[in-house]
Amino acid sequence: MNLTLKIWRQKDSSSKGQMVDYKVTEISEHMSFLEMIDVLNEGLVAKGEEPVAFDHDCREGICGMCSMYINGEAHGPDRGVTTCQLHMRMFKDGDTITIEPFRAAAFPVIKDLVVDRSAFDRIQHAGGYISVNTSGNTQDANSIPISKQAADTAMDAATCIGCGACVATCKNSSAMLFVGAKVSQYALLPQGQVEAADRVKNMVAQMDLEGFGNCTNTGACEVECPKGISLDNIARMNRELMKASI
Amino acid sequence: MALNSKVPKGPIKDKWTDYKNKINLVNPANKRHIDVIVVGTGLAGGSASATLAELGYNVKAFAYQDSPRRAHSIAAQGGINAAKNYQGDGDSTYRLFYDTVKGGDYRSREANVYRLAEVSANIIDQCVAQGVPFARDYGGLLDNRSFGGVLVSRTFYAKGQTGQQLLLGAYSAMNRQIARGKIEMFNRHEMLDVVVVDGKARGIIARNLVTGEIERHSAHAVVIASGGYGNVYFLSTNAMGSNVTAGWKIHKKGAYFANPCYTQIHPTCIPRSGDYQSKLTLMSESLRNDGRIWVPKNLEDVKAIREGSKKPTDLSEDERDYYLERRYPAFGNLVPRDVASRAAKERCDAGYGVNATGEAVYLDFAASFIRYGTEQAKIQGINNPSDAKIKELGQEIVRAKYGNLFQMYEKIVDENPYETPMMIYPAVHYTMGGVWVDYNLMTTIPGCYCIGEANFSDHGANRLGASALMQGLADGYFVLPYTIGDYLADDIRTGKISTETPEFEVAENEVKERINFFVNNKGTHSVDYYHKKLGKIMWDKCGMSRNAAGLKEAIEEISALRKDFWQNVSVPGGANEYNEELAKAGRVADFLELGELFAKDALEREESAGGHFREEYQTPEGEAKRLKEFQFVSAWEYKGEPKDAILHKEPLEYENIEVKERSYK
Repeated sequence: MNLTLKIWRQKDSSSKGQMVDYKVTEISEHMSFLEMIDVLNEGLVAKGEEPVAFDHDCREGICGMCSMYINGEAHGPDRGVTTCQLHMRMFKDGDTITIEPFRAAAFPVIKDLVVDRSAFDRIQHAGGYISVNTSGNTQDANSIPISKQAADTAMDAATCIGCGACVATCKNSSAMLFVGAKVSQYALLPQGQVEAADRVKNMVAQMDLEGFGNCTNTGACEVECPKGISLDNIARMNRELMKASI
Repeated sequence: MALNSKVPKGPIKDKWTDYKNKINLVNPANKRHIDVIVVGTGLAGGSASATLAELGYNVKAFAYQDSPRRAHSIAAQGGINAAKNYQGDGDSTYRLFYDTVKGGDYRSREANVYRLAEVSANIIDQCVAQGVPFARDYGGLLDNRSFGGVLVSRTFYAKGQTGQQLLLGAYSAMNRQIARGKIEMFNRHEMLDVVVVDGKARGIIARNLVTGEIERHSAHAVVIASGGYGNVYFLSTNAMGSNVTAGWKIHKKGAYFANPCYTQIHPTCIPRSGDYQSKLTLMSESLRNDGRIWVPKNLEDVKAIREGSKKPTDLSEDERDYYLERRYPAFGNLVPRDVASRAAKERCDAGYGVNATGEAVYLDFAASFIRYGTEQAKIQGINNPSDAKIKELGQEIVRAKYGNLFQMYEKIVDENPYETPMMIYPAVHYTMGGVWVDYNLMTTIPGCYCIGEANFSDHGANRLGASALMQGLADGYFVLPYTIGDYLADDIRTGKISTETPEFEVAENEVKERINFFVNNKGTHSVDYYHKKLGKIMWDKCGMSRNAAGLKEAIEEISALRKDFWQNVSVPGGANEYNEELAKAGRVADFLELGELFAKDALEREESAGGHFREEYQTPEGEAKRLKEFQFVSAWEYKGEPKDAILHKEPLEYENIEVKERSYK
C-alpha cells in the first residue's frame, strides 16, 4: 500500500518542531508499524537526509521503549499492543497517518518522536521497591503462602511496561495508572506491607512534583494501555493513600 | 599468557563455600572509597549494581536504553530454573548441575556450573522477598513447570513474562540504591572503550547518546554485563540495540573471547514473513510443555496446505508426523533446543515446511485442550461434557498459562492459535560464547569482570531453557559481589582514580577519531546495508549447520565486507547530537570483526557440540558427534585482524560427571 505520513520533526529539546509530510510506497500489510518507519528511514538515509528519530528496542511489546502517538492515539488504533506490535493491516492503501511524540509537560521531547520519560524512573526511586537486602539471606520462598488470587492480581498490576501511553492519552497527563500499578503490586503482597504507607505517600508526592496531572476518571488510560492495566489500580492507590494519611 | 581458571581445590560441593570463607574482604568503611563501573543493566548488571551498592561500593551503571528497566532480559518469557525440589520429583543441586553440563554437551566448566546450581534456590527466595509475583497454586505455594532437556519440574515462572518480572525486581533493588545515592545511573549512554592503566581496568569512555558528548569515567574495577551478540546475524530475537561492542572493546584491550561459535538457535520462533523484517519473535519454550510439534507425513498434504486447499486441522492423526516424539520417545517435544531446532530444519530441508517460505512447522495445542478440559470437567463436576465444552474448558487453562503468548502470536501472524496450530521456525536467540572469565568472573584484563550472557562460562555449547535468567541473577546477586571483593581488597589505599591521565586521553581520542570518520565518510551505503549482508553470510554459512568449505567462504566474505564498510559506509547527521545511525555504525563495525572470528572458531572446532553442528561430524542417525580431543574452551587473543587471533586452550575436566554420548531417546 501507499501512504502519506505526517511526522513531527524536532531537532532537539530547545528547537521548535513542526509536522513534515512524507510518502511511503509498497508497504506490506504484514509489516509492523516500526518496520514501515524503517522503510521510510532507509529512503531518507539513501538521500543523505536525517532519518526520523524514534525510541524502540525489543520490538515485541515488552521493553516499553516505543512510544508514538498515531492518529491521535497512543500506540495507534489497535488495542492491547505497543507501536512495535501494531501491524500495517490496521491501515488502508492511501491513508494519511499522523505521527507525533507522546506529549506531556513531564515528557519533554528529546528529538523528533523521542521523549524523556525519566520522570517515571524518579517516581520509582521514591518508593518503587521493597527494602530487602540482595545478599540472599532471606527466608524460604514458600514460607509465606500467598493466595493465588492475590498473586495473580499483583502480577496483572506488575505487567506495566512503563511506556507512558497512559500519560500521553490522558487529558490531564496523569501518571496515576503507572503509579497505581506499582503501588498495587506491592500492596497485594505480604512482602510489601511493611513499607506500604511510606511507599504510596512518597511515590504520589514525587508524581506531583514531576508535573503530572490528576485523575478525573475518564478511563482513557485503561483503554490505551498496551498491557490492559486496570483502573482498579488507581482506586487501590487512592485507598492506600487514604489509609496512609489517617 | 597461560589461562588460569583459578578453580579452587577440594570436593565440588564444598568448593564455593570454602572459597568464600578464605577470600579477602573489604571492610565497610573502605568500600565507601571504592568505585565500580557496571556496563549494562539487565539481570546480571542490574543485580550486580544493586548488590555492590548495597555492600557499600560506589556504583556507576550504564545503559543505552532510556531506563535500566528496558534491558533485553525483560523479554525472557518462560521461566527461571532453581533446584528447590518443591515438586518432590527428585530434583537436587547435583541434578541441576548434571542437566546443565549434559545439556551444554560437556563443554562448560564443571566448578562454575555446580556453583550456579548451588545458588539457584536462593535466587527464588531473594526474588519472592523483593515482591516478584511468581505463579502460585491454589494452596498459595509456588508453581513450577518443565523445560527442555530435563525430567523434573524446576522452572519458576510469572505467566509468560518471567524475565520482565525478574528484571523489574532487580530494577527495584537498583532504585533503592539510586535513591540512596549509591548508584549513579547513566541512561542513554554507550560504552565505547575500556581504559587500562598499569595493566588494570580503571575506567571507560562513554558516549552520551542524547548530546553526543564523549565522557571519561574512572573506577577501581569495570564490570561488563552487556548481554549476547546474536545480532551479528542481523535477524535474531535480540532487541534492536543489543550489541557486542562492550565485550569486543575489552577483547581488543586484552580480554580473551571464548567459543564465539557456540550460538543457540531457538526452536520456537515465529517464522519470517518478508525481506523488510527487522527482528524475529520468540515464542517461549514453555509452550512445548503443552504443544506438540508436527509436519504432514505426506508431501501432497504439504503442497495442499501451502496452496490453501487444505487446513492443518483437516489432517487426521495418521497423516501427521510428530517427528520429535518419533525420534526421541523419552523426551519427546521437550528435547533440548539445539536438538529440536535441527530436527525442524531437517524436516523443512526435506520439503515438509508448512508455509510459503517452506520454513515452518506446526506447534499444536489441540491435544492439551482436551487433556485439560477433561480434567476441568471432572473438577467442576460436569457429567458427560460435550466435546465443545471440553475444548472450551481446556482453552481457559491454556489461556491462563500462556495467554499473552497466544495474543502476541495472533497480533503478528493474524491467525488465532486457539483454532489453528501455531507455525514456528528456529531463530538465533542466545550466545553461549562470550568473554572468557575465570572462576571469579574476571577476564584476562585484571580488574575487568564479565557477567551474564556476555561471558562464556556456564552453558557450554548449548543452554537449557530457563537457565539464562538463573545465570544472570546468580552472577549479579551472589557470585560477583563476593569475588570482586577479593580483588578490590588490594585497592583500599589507591584513592580516587584520575581521568586526567594519558591513558584516558589516548582512549578518548581513539573513540573520537572513529566517530569523526563515520560522520565525515559520506559513503554510498547505509549501516543497515552492511548489517544485513553480514547477517546473511552468518545465517547461510555459520547457522544451524556448518561445514569447512562454507566457513572458509564466510571468513573471506566477511573480511571483504568489512573492508567495503570502512570505505563506503554512509552515516548522516553529526557527532554532537542524538544520532542513531552513528551509534549503529559503531556496533556494526564491531560485529564485522566478531563475525569473522566466529567463523574462524567454527572452522577450527572440528567436531559437533551443542549448537555448533559441523556436517562432517555427525553420527549415522544425524546427531552431533563430539570428539574427545576438542574437550577444551577456545579462548582467542586479539592480535589485530580476526584472522591473526591466537588460540589459547583451557582443557575441560569432568571429575563429577561421566562424559557420555548425549542421548534424549
